[in-house]
Amino acid sequence: MFDSATWLMLAGGLRDTLYMTLASTAMAYLLGLPLGLLLIVSDKAGIHPMPVLNSVLGVVINLLRSVPFLILLIWVMPVTRAVVGTTIGPSATVVPLVIAAAPFIARLVESSIKEVDPGVVEAAQSMGATNAQIVCKVLLPEAKPSLIVGSAIAVTTILGYSAMAGIVGGGGLGDIAIRFGYYRYQNDIMMITVVILVLVVQVLQEVGMRIATSSDRRKN
Amino acid sequence: MDAQPIISIQHLSKTYHSKSGEVHALQDIGLDILPGQIFGIIGMSGAGKSTLVRCMNFLEKPTQGTVLFDGVDLSSMNARQLNETRRSMGMIFQQFNLLMQRTALQNICFPLEISGVGREAARARAKELLQIVDLSDKADSFPSQLSGGQKQRIAIARALATSPKVLLCDEATSALDPTTTRSILSLLRDINRRLGITIIVITHEMAVIEEICTHVAIIAESRIAECGTVQEIFTHPKTAAAQKLVFHNAGDVERSVGKRALRVVFDGTASSEPVIAGMVLEFKAPVNIMFADTRAMDGRAFGQMVLQMPEDTGVAEKMKYYLTTHGLHVEEVQYHV
Repeated sequence: MFDSATWLMLAGGLRDTLYMTLASTAMAYLLGLPLGLLLIVSDKAGIHPMPVLNSVLGVVINLLRSVPFLILLIWVMPVTRAVVGTTIGPSATVVPLVIAAAPFIARLVESSIKEVDPGVVEAAQSMGATNAQIVCKVLLPEAKPSLIVGSAIAVTTILGYSAMAGIVGGGGLGDIAIRFGYYRYQNDIMMITVVILVLVVQVLQEVGMRIATSSDRRKN
Repeated sequence: MDAQPIISIQHLSKTYHSKSGEVHALQDIGLDILPGQIFGIIGMSGAGKSTLVRCMNFLEKPTQGTVLFDGVDLSSMNARQLNETRRSMGMIFQQFNLLMQRTALQNICFPLEISGVGREAARARAKELLQIVDLSDKADSFPSQLSGGQKQRIAIARALATSPKVLLCDEATSALDPTTTRSILSLLRDINRRLGITIIVITHEMAVIEEICTHVAIIAESRIAECGTVQEIFTHPKTAAAQKLVFHNAGDVERSVGKRALRVVFDGTASSEPVIAGMVLEFKAPVNIMFADTRAMDGRAFGQMVLQMPEDTGVAEKMKYYLTTHGLHVEEVQYHV
């Protein structure tokens, strides 16, 4: 169907897409996980209520989440240039991806940890656990299966965002789809990138769910 | 009894602020719990008993009043000292509150881990405790694989891991069936006897109090209505709240009783001879057993009975005297037909 140069290009696109997705997911978790924990801990029913901080944090997260990704992508270009030195290519795309994904991940983490039975936290407190011990030894381990499900959702969402970055030369499969499929009307290339993206999403989602299920001690 | 109380509560009040105004969960509570007692706190739901037990380890901070643990005021402690003190107070819960992602053994290790005990030492101690609660074969099971009674046993082992002086039980048997309840209660009694741990039992069931407690406080409408030994309260309930709890089962029957009825209380001091049958044979007059709830423990009878007495007042009086001289507590039931 395609010549070998096209296949090579597609393979490179897949590599770039995976690089952007996984690198941004990892970095977004470095920000989003502590933010999500802070939301839980500072909640008025949390283990260290800080109502003002909690509402400020909530508003900032909502604001960031309500900006459409395409607009955020353009807005943060000065930041991207300052950090990476360029606004095009896979590495440049990682910056807006992290900024967009971190608040989303904070909410995912928050909802996962909210599932932990407050009674278990109370039991830990009755045993003299410090707040740091409650976070590290109760909240995170007890929420682990749900956190893994959340990360599968996060990584597939970020994959979708990364394709969007193709419109401003972000690299990866989305970029190929825009340049060849849209600007040069090569529908077959458009189609094949979509098929590859679908397959990648399927694989990531399935792997995430399997790890989550097999790590959950409530079921097996 | 001049031992120092292990837990002493003085003039304790707890007020919650809600949108609809102030809620007085507890008002002017005073309690002394001595080492070695199994102290019951009973009340209807919403009476404030769960709040009271949480004030004992400061999971809830009282609005007013003091809580002394082993003579030290909990409110004078900083966070580190309070956590230290909490390790001397185990707690178990109605819903067990086990860590679902840890095995039974790892659950028991948890309080040891957070107090800095090494991994091997913690595992050794946990195995010892599994033996005490008779679940050595379930060390590697996860809570989802255990029954309610087994989960509560693991929770008890976990609460005992740091060798506490006191075990707080918040409705620990309320989610369990009667047979399991009995086995958990006898485990608690055993722990009290063998390890000398003071146990505080929060419950809404009089049967739990009768079964294991030495002392009881009755909470009604945020206050302590009555407090004393179980025998005292059970045989001579003075307040309406206490009577309601003690007569709980007999209530409906008594309302249908005829002119003259007696409530007979077996408090375990009477000998095990068949007193009622003996009385009927002696006076050759029948009595009508309207209600009976008695059980034998250690060969002695506990419980109560409501007897409808013969029409003949002379015989009835003699019967009353007969029961009294056989060591039973007898009182006329005041209810109308």
